[in-house]
Amino acid sequence: MTAARIIIKEIKGYHNFVKFLIVLVALGALASMVRFVFGLGVTTNLNDTFPWGLWISFDVVTAVPLAAGAFTLGAIVHCFHIKKLEPLVRPAIVTGFLGYSLVCVGLLLDLGQPQRGWHTMVYWNPHSPMFEVSMCIMAYTTVLFLEFLSPVCEKFGYHVPLRLLRTIEMPLVIAAAAISTLHQSSLGTFFLIAVDKLHPLWYNPLLPLLFWVSAMCAGISIITVEATMSHKWMGQPDESELLETLAKILPWVLMVYLTIRIFSLMALTQGLLWDRPGLTALFALEMVALIVPLVMLTSSKVRDHNKLRSTAAWLVIFGVIVNRFNVSMFGMMEKGTMYYPSFIESVVTIGVIAAHILFFVLIAKYFPIFEHHPETVDYTLPDNFKKTGKAHAVEAKLASEA
Amino acid sequence: MSEMNNDFSKSKAFLIDMTKCTGCRGCQVACKQWNQLDAEKTTFFTGEGYQNPPLMSEHTFTRIKFRDYQKNGQNEFAFYKEMCMHCNDPACASVCPVGAFVKTKEGPVTYDAERCIGCRFCMVACPFGVPKYEWSKAFPLVKKCTGCYSRILDGKKPACATTCPSAITYGERGEMIKEANRRIGARPEKYLKKLYGEEEAGGTSVIYLTALPFDELGFKHVTKRPLPSYTWQALRLVPGIFLTVGGSLSLLSWFTHRKERLKKEAEQREASDNTPKEES
Repeated sequence: MTAARIIIKEIKGYHNFVKFLIVLVALGALASMVRFVFGLGVTTNLNDTFPWGLWISFDVVTAVPLAAGAFTLGAIVHCFHIKKLEPLVRPAIVTGFLGYSLVCVGLLLDLGQPQRGWHTMVYWNPHSPMFEVSMCIMAYTTVLFLEFLSPVCEKFGYHVPLRLLRTIEMPLVIAAAAISTLHQSSLGTFFLIAVDKLHPLWYNPLLPLLFWVSAMCAGISIITVEATMSHKWMGQPDESELLETLAKILPWVLMVYLTIRIFSLMALTQGLLWDRPGLTALFALEMVALIVPLVMLTSSKVRDHNKLRSTAAWLVIFGVIVNRFNVSMFGMMEKGTMYYPSFIESVVTIGVIAAHILFFVLIAKYFPIFEHHPETVDYTLPDNFKKTGKAHAVEAKLASEA
Repeated sequence: MSEMNNDFSKSKAFLIDMTKCTGCRGCQVACKQWNQLDAEKTTFFTGEGYQNPPLMSEHTFTRIKFRDYQKNGQNEFAFYKEMCMHCNDPACASVCPVGAFVKTKEGPVTYDAERCIGCRFCMVACPFGVPKYEWSKAFPLVKKCTGCYSRILDGKKPACATTCPSAITYGERGEMIKEANRRIGARPEKYLKKLYGEEEAGGTSVIYLTALPFDELGFKHVTKRPLPSYTWQALRLVPGIFLTVGGSLSLLSWFTHRKERLKKEAEQREASDNTPKEES
């Protein structure tokens, strides 16, 4: 049998939903080819009034916080040393790596001159939030790739690179948190330049801080939803005990976010807040979708209940998505103007979302991302200096002499 | 980014006296000719009023906006020349990730098409809505008025200022502001007692004199603070935040890992204390 035949046979064995995802991804890829042949003007609803549309609002500004689980959980587990949550780290890293790779794809589609993407590395402009974000995204995608290599090496039994990866694990986790802090917040800085353009309901000087904190909320919620769903649909181990711990952390972060949000709205905002009913409704939607899960998660009944817990997590995800769209799309529309994505734009974005789910399912199928429990895997770093071993030997010797 | 100096009184600026504009649109034609821009197929009344082309675009860097109003029972026209304002501290230059925009010491804000990656952040950032995009192309670039920088370097005036028979004066910014104030002082009944562009966006290299209120003519209301300062107040913290987050997490994990190591060692010691006893 040739390689192609083996692959086709393998694909034929997939679940119908996975096949459906493959079709969606293929359609998205086709639609993005159309963009390169006919140009942005013809294929999108972008114009000089709306230079940024769905691809920036969803594929970049929303996808980045949704992929924030990797750095949040990495810091919780390795720096705050809540080792118990370790089994959730790998799926989070895979999600993060996929998310960021697809952010890069989305950005390249949206750029007028994608072949010049490397210019940001050569012609530095430290005054530009876009420069900062693109450098961070490149650095962080590399970090996530290195972290993602661990399951790959385990799968193929490469021991030497695995040891190396474990040695640099802590530096990578810390770099991930620091880099993420910068670009998650700098995505908010993007919109600080839109003085008099972004509606006062969202424009305030603390926007970068708000983006960072809400990204952590989104990251934790995505991990919760993902673990619940992969247990339910993919027969992966049940992590509900760990998710309960995570659900204890989430309301605290939400509370911090809402406190800063309300403070900045009351004290740091200038201009008319309630002059446009449409925007007021969107604002209310966003706030309700974050306040309700906060109230829900304060009760231990909700935290211990699988379905209610993941409902609360879904609400947080929804709230953060609405917030990012409000900032980057709805709040930026001038009164009386309206942008909506074109068919091609929508197909590409749906393709990106489908690609994320598809690759996650396939990676989980072929690589050990869920079978990574600390009890079963040897975690100790290579003991090169024989410090503990030597002391041990000396003690044993003394003891035996005595 | 602005090169070193904060004193722009010696850089070149346009003084555009809208009360002297006749609406001939010679500036539009001169701009198209000098910059070799394509014509646009247009019809009248596709925009808000008599202006043609209806909007600035990749092919139109400047245009005269027409506003009809009533004066002593007579229909009158007021005009507004829309163009790049060549800000002293331009938002486009500050947000461009590759630094394709440069505020030159001569005054114009130039654009380097070789660097541009086409991200359109300049279009989002510009408070005057000036940079336009080549939407018709598969690999588009940004287009905008460059203040005829090559002509300035040759010691000439910009194309529109050269052609204009009445309204545009071109010279050092300090002189232009002085001249504008002199005109207001000499004919106070004719002019609105305010210069648009003196303080807008932290000061621009295009100064307008009008008779009608600015917003009625279509001038945008723009903050007086230079726009780059809004993002810089957050971005300047970046190195500090990176070091703080990285450093505190390193410290924290050093402590937590040390605690764990000590615990493990204590356990091992206990175990090794116990084993020999059992043996003996």
